[in-house]
Amino acid sequence: MSVWRHRLFWPVLVLAALLASNLFFAPRFFAVRLQDGHLYGSLVDIARNGAPLILVALGMTLVIATGGIDLSVGSVMAISGALACVLISDLGDQNSVGGVLAAIAAALLLSLLAGVWNGLLVAVAGIQPIIATLILMVAGRGIAQLITSGQIINVRSGPYRVIGGGYALALPVSVLIAAAAVALAVVLTRRTALGLLIESVGDSPTASRLAGIQARTLMLMVYVFAAVCAGVAGLIYSSNVASADSNAAGNLIELDAILAVVIGGTALAGGRFSLAGSVLGAVIIQTLNVTCVSIGIPVETTLLFKAIVVIILCLMQSATFRAVVTGRFRRPPPASPSPAAAPAPRTEIPA
Amino acid sequence: MAEPSPVLVMTGIRKTFPGVVALDGVDFRLFPGEVHALMGENGAGKSTLIKVLTGVYGVDEGEVLLEGRPVRFAGPLQAQQAGVSTVYQEVNLCPNLSVAENIFIGREPRRAGLIRWAQMRRAASALLRRLGLEVDASAPLSTYSLAIQQMVAIARAVDVSAKVLVLDEPTSSLDASEAAQLFTVVRRLQADGVAVLFVTHFLDQVYEIADRMTVLRNGRLIGEYRTAELSQRDLVTTMIGRELADLAGIEPGRPDAQAPRGEPVMRAQALGRDGAIAPFDLSIHPGEVIGLAGLLGSGRTELARLLFGADRADRGALQVDGRRVHLRSPRSAMARGVAFSSENRRTEGVIGDLTVRENIVLALQAARGWARPVPRRTQDELVGRYLTALRIQPADPEMPVRNLSGGNQQKVLLARWLITSPRLLIVDEPTRGIDVGAKAEIQRLVAELSGGGMAVIYISAELEEVLRLSHKIEVLRDRKLVAELDNDATVNADRIMQTIAGGAAS
Repeated sequence: MSVWRHRLFWPVLVLAALLASNLFFAPRFFAVRLQDGHLYGSLVDIARNGAPLILVALGMTLVIATGGIDLSVGSVMAISGALACVLISDLGDQNSVGGVLAAIAAALLLSLLAGVWNGLLVAVAGIQPIIATLILMVAGRGIAQLITSGQIINVRSGPYRVIGGGYALALPVSVLIAAAAVALAVVLTRRTALGLLIESVGDSPTASRLAGIQARTLMLMVYVFAAVCAGVAGLIYSSNVASADSNAAGNLIELDAILAVVIGGTALAGGRFSLAGSVLGAVIIQTLNVTCVSIGIPVETTLLFKAIVVIILCLMQSATFRAVVTGRFRRPPPASPSPAAAPAPRTEIPA
Repeated sequence: MAEPSPVLVMTGIRKTFPGVVALDGVDFRLFPGEVHALMGENGAGKSTLIKVLTGVYGVDEGEVLLEGRPVRFAGPLQAQQAGVSTVYQEVNLCPNLSVAENIFIGREPRRAGLIRWAQMRRAASALLRRLGLEVDASAPLSTYSLAIQQMVAIARAVDVSAKVLVLDEPTSSLDASEAAQLFTVVRRLQADGVAVLFVTHFLDQVYEIADRMTVLRNGRLIGEYRTAELSQRDLVTTMIGRELADLAGIEPGRPDAQAPRGEPVMRAQALGRDGAIAPFDLSIHPGEVIGLAGLLGSGRTELARLLFGADRADRGALQVDGRRVHLRSPRSAMARGVAFSSENRRTEGVIGDLTVRENIVLALQAARGWARPVPRRTQDELVGRYLTALRIQPADPEMPVRNLSGGNQQKVLLARWLITSPRLLIVDEPTRGIDVGAKAEIQRLVAELSGGGMAVIYISAELEEVLRLSHKIEVLRDRKLVAELDNDATVNADRIMQTIAGGAAS
């Protein structure tokens, strides 16, 4: 298979182009320096700030692979951050590691319940995923407001700050968390049969049922996974800003996550999925955000700039579009294609 | 009786697809006020003829005359405007819209660009009354049964244009009383002078409603008959293309030994599902092959789906190894050693995106659960063995299964179930669309498996196949199991065909 036919060829190319254009505007863009045992630099920032999106895109990938979608991830981020911050602010000593860990556990448990709720609505009640998760997308911000009594909760907790702003092994903790989540997802889906069964259900629910696959359990699992990923992302976000803001946390992140999944080559219709592709997609989107700042695009028009880049990427990934473009500049292909490329002969006749 | 001039005449129609002649010099005529059945086996060319008539396909040769004028429609819409409407097997309406909206969709009465709802409702009500239907035109279509929806589709078709109405398998999803209801409507239209072209697999219905019929076989016209002058038995002979008596001569060898007896693997008592299959009794023993014979739509698949838990039974009892079971899902049937390979291999069989290897291990993996993956080495070994044994081409385990031909996809499906080592294997039309070599291969495999003690239910429209493999033959007609024949010296294709046709022997 030629390199440029690879599923991730165009996303990688776009990412490279984006990074290179940054170099043009900021010559020291690629510089990564070690200071006090911590890595610093624009690339590190992209990874650090992109960690929540990577996490959310990871969960979204599995949900989309089953043929579903999860719009509630942003709200789950808000809920998770809100509960953690409220519990920490209630601590007698905000720097108590045990207290902070308990708060984190509680926040993740609540995220898990949110996933169970989504999963039950989709898998058991049979509600269309876009509607089922829309419920929590809307209600979730309200729940977060309830938790924080409608206020922005500020915390001053050293241990909590570590999640979003700390360093370990010279790398930002948030990046390590995201990397661990990616590794976990890969092991869960590819070292067990989970990935195969998810792809089967996403591609053809009817045929999968007749093959004995119970889609219900799988659906429940992917929505729970997506919500827990969102919960972790919510912790990173709120830890980073040392507060819980029920309106700002994870606002519109579901759209960026869906975009990342699609850029990564997973079809919205379900079926085959690529975790690596989604991570790449999330990094591209984060790089785009950074690029907007570094080449000085006015804040009002950054969304427009993002949209243009995404459209270009999607068009390049579309086989139909490439055929139209290349067909225009090339003569019609010769009558006999090369034998290597010719598909195996088929002897079937239409029924 | 002096015949009036026909409303529709098709002469010398020839239509080829790459590698196949679908229609070869077919003539067809249709008179006003008649119900005319178009008969033939699968692949005889019935649907191609209809698609030629309605402009879905162009013709290579031949002529279509509507009311004496040559026509060549560019598509169904144009055909409809000229007076030829078609109602298909699956209702092509919008269930969430009202009955009236469905009837007038695309041609709503308007004034100044705005739809005149009241007028639309009145017109729809009047139309439905004329057809003798008690239907509230403002209610959503989905509140009514499939039969009524079918009739709303007919009402829409005749209101658009009322010269020729084509009904393509309109009754295949209706039960007996609903079909009768539909026929009342058809008779009313007939009285109004509409010419009705009726395609069905239900022989009894043909004799109930049709005045005349045209029989096609392998793309050729066999003849046009008055229903009253051709017995049901002769009709089947004509469709199959052999004298029933002749079939006995070419009968292949039957299984050598009588089926082993003893405790049945599975036993159904008065098992049934409303609208799918009437209650039936069936026992199958280890090492026994039971053939299901019957025309398409006779309930063969529906019966099998109940035994596999793909549909739930409404009534009756099912025992596996003498213990009563309730099959809630395919999974629960699989846990008891039942496997089922569907006839719809594209929609209910293979998973197109996945590779050959993944498709083959899928059922085994589903049975083991996600947490216990089949080790890759075991997968490669199993897949390699069946790629060779079933001669799956191309023998590339990592190729997406959608790139394989239909016959090879079928073999992948068989492999999927065989590696689960089932005790009862149900195969639905496993050899349809498969070349002769592969067909013999699959038949040999089935005989071998039953020799090894596996119980097999073999569903096929080809009687030779059923006769060659089965110890017992269950005959189905009109969604009922009508006879059980031991495959001994007295059974031949003739007798089965008579039973299928509803003749004396059973």
